[in-house]
Amino acid sequence: MNSIKNIFQTKDQNLLSIYFTCGFPKLNDTTRVIEGLTSAGVDFIEVGLPYSDPLADGPTIQESSQKALENGINLDIVFEQLMTIKETNKTPLVLMGYLNQLLKYGEDKFCQKVVDCGIDTLILPDLPMVEYENHYKALFDKYGINNVFLITPHTTEERIKKIDSYTESFIYMVASSSITGAKGEISQQQIDYFKRIKSMNLQSKLIIGFGISDRQTFSTACQYANGAIIGSAFINALADNGINHINSFIAQIRS
Amino acid sequence: MKSKFHPDKNGYFGQFGGAFIPELLYPNVKELEDNYIQIIESDEFQKEYKSLLKDYVGRPSPLYLAKRLSEKYGAHIYLKREDLNHTGAHKINNTIGQILIAQKLGKTKIIAETGAGQHGVATATVCALMGLECTVFMGEKDIVRQAPNVARMKMLGAKVVPATSGSKTLKDATNEAIRYWIQNPETFYLIGSVVGPHPHPDMVARLQAVISEEMKWQLKEKTGNENPDTIIACVGGGSNAAGAFYHYMDDENVELIAVEAAGLGVHSGESAATSQLGEVGIIHGSKTILMQDDYGQIVEPYSISAGLDYPGVGPLHAFLYESKRAKFMNATDKEALAAAYELTKIEGIIPALETAHALAVLAKLDLKKDQVVVINLSGRGDKDLETFIKHLED
Repeated sequence: MNSIKNIFQTKDQNLLSIYFTCGFPKLNDTTRVIEGLTSAGVDFIEVGLPYSDPLADGPTIQESSQKALENGINLDIVFEQLMTIKETNKTPLVLMGYLNQLLKYGEDKFCQKVVDCGIDTLILPDLPMVEYENHYKALFDKYGINNVFLITPHTTEERIKKIDSYTESFIYMVASSSITGAKGEISQQQIDYFKRIKSMNLQSKLIIGFGISDRQTFSTACQYANGAIIGSAFINALADNGINHINSFIAQIRS
Repeated sequence: MKSKFHPDKNGYFGQFGGAFIPELLYPNVKELEDNYIQIIESDEFQKEYKSLLKDYVGRPSPLYLAKRLSEKYGAHIYLKREDLNHTGAHKINNTIGQILIAQKLGKTKIIAETGAGQHGVATATVCALMGLECTVFMGEKDIVRQAPNVARMKMLGAKVVPATSGSKTLKDATNEAIRYWIQNPETFYLIGSVVGPHPHPDMVARLQAVISEEMKWQLKEKTGNENPDTIIACVGGGSNAAGAFYHYMDDENVELIAVEAAGLGVHSGESAATSQLGEVGIIHGSKTILMQDDYGQIVEPYSISAGLDYPGVGPLHAFLYESKRAKFMNATDKEALAAAYELTKIEGIIPALETAHALAVLAKLDLKKDQVVVINLSGRGDKDLETFIKHLED
């Protein structure tokens, strides 16, 4: 069974996922951050592959990616780092990157490495549905990898139903028309959108991301979905306080 | 007539193209895809587009037989004078077309990216003409090296937003424009070249195709034959080349030469010769040939010309390269500068630095006495005067 789906068997409310950038703040922090997040009790972790041109990401993730690349991170190092904790890590990991990284590394080689690291879920924000249907579904199926699709306030019901049928793990509900790192409160308009999707009674679990940054936005999101993802706010906390304060950051969200 | 150089239903030219966009952009791109051909082919659009090209842009642009240049290189060399268009380059053909499309789609806010500033100026111009709000993203580095164009955009009422990420040039300006578009889906992204997700490359190529459409009847008038032997155009993203090649792509008798910027030399590490240095990859929503490292990180290109230092190339051009329909050559900074000084001196025309790369390959070709060559003189060099003056002593 898909590792994320497996979590839902025992827990399907208030799931907290954290996104972080590999190789940030320091090259070898990748595994330390995963361990820190695990001991803080997050439900699953989004492992961000630093990319030079992350189109769907705001300044915070762009800068952390830039820094990680300057630190010397690359896909081979990421996979090596993840291999070292494969046996000990108990928190399911989702790998998030951009399609060109997979393309250049070699599609099969990339998928094999992902599986070798014990990961079975991918988020590729620039992989469109038509390309998934025509090519990548078969590739991922071969390796037992499930692709997470994003939906937005503008995604049509018909598309959402299709996405639902492809999903084994969860649907990533983008909170608003934005890139990552959006700030502020959740508006009534967003809540209406969350309610609309919830009322579709999809078979997939829903996780809300983009613009979730603190206890308030997290708990609001959790009223309408199975959980939420925090990215930029966590990266900012890492940049400001380092990896020793992961626990307090998570505790504050959960309080 | 269906040409193999037109995209298929998913926007592919051979293996290149497509629309690799986040879901956030899907509705925008779909809206354009569903409507662009119908709009462009409508009588209403054609009437307005043609009329503006004629009376506002000043088309047809002349096809000029450059006598002294011809004598020097021993061939019949014609210059397609896109530099004489309003705003000084071919870019306005596209912006006039797209602003009309934006209006048909009911859009009132326009965004654009720009490298050398020519597309930014052409966009700011049509926005002023139509009374639409205009925001132009431009790399911080380009804002410095193309200051006159920044001033022109501002005077035209556009807001110029510096792109401060990455290499702070065209690639990053495009990233920022796309990010803004994601966050403001009501805006119309008026893209400046034959790049980006489908249908943008095809739409821009169709709007620039007026260049080769005119070349056909102008050549017929001047030489009795609508086909030249050779067409030469510079390629960054590739919009002026797409326009100059468009109506000749299916006719294998016409040699097509695309000229990329080699910077300090193709293999110097400071170059923008994408076809020579790139591999298949995805940039700005399109699968194409891309300069990248072993891990798919996009490499920062270099050229003296701000309009050619793009790490990718339009998917049509990637296909023209792969299928060998077009010959890809390149010129260094030095060669381009020399070609610009030469044209200025013997023909009295100061070309844009981008265009100078196309001129620079004349010296590398084995031209025959009767050979009819058309060089697409894509833009004028006013914006590059500072660079020209600086290197005049070299």
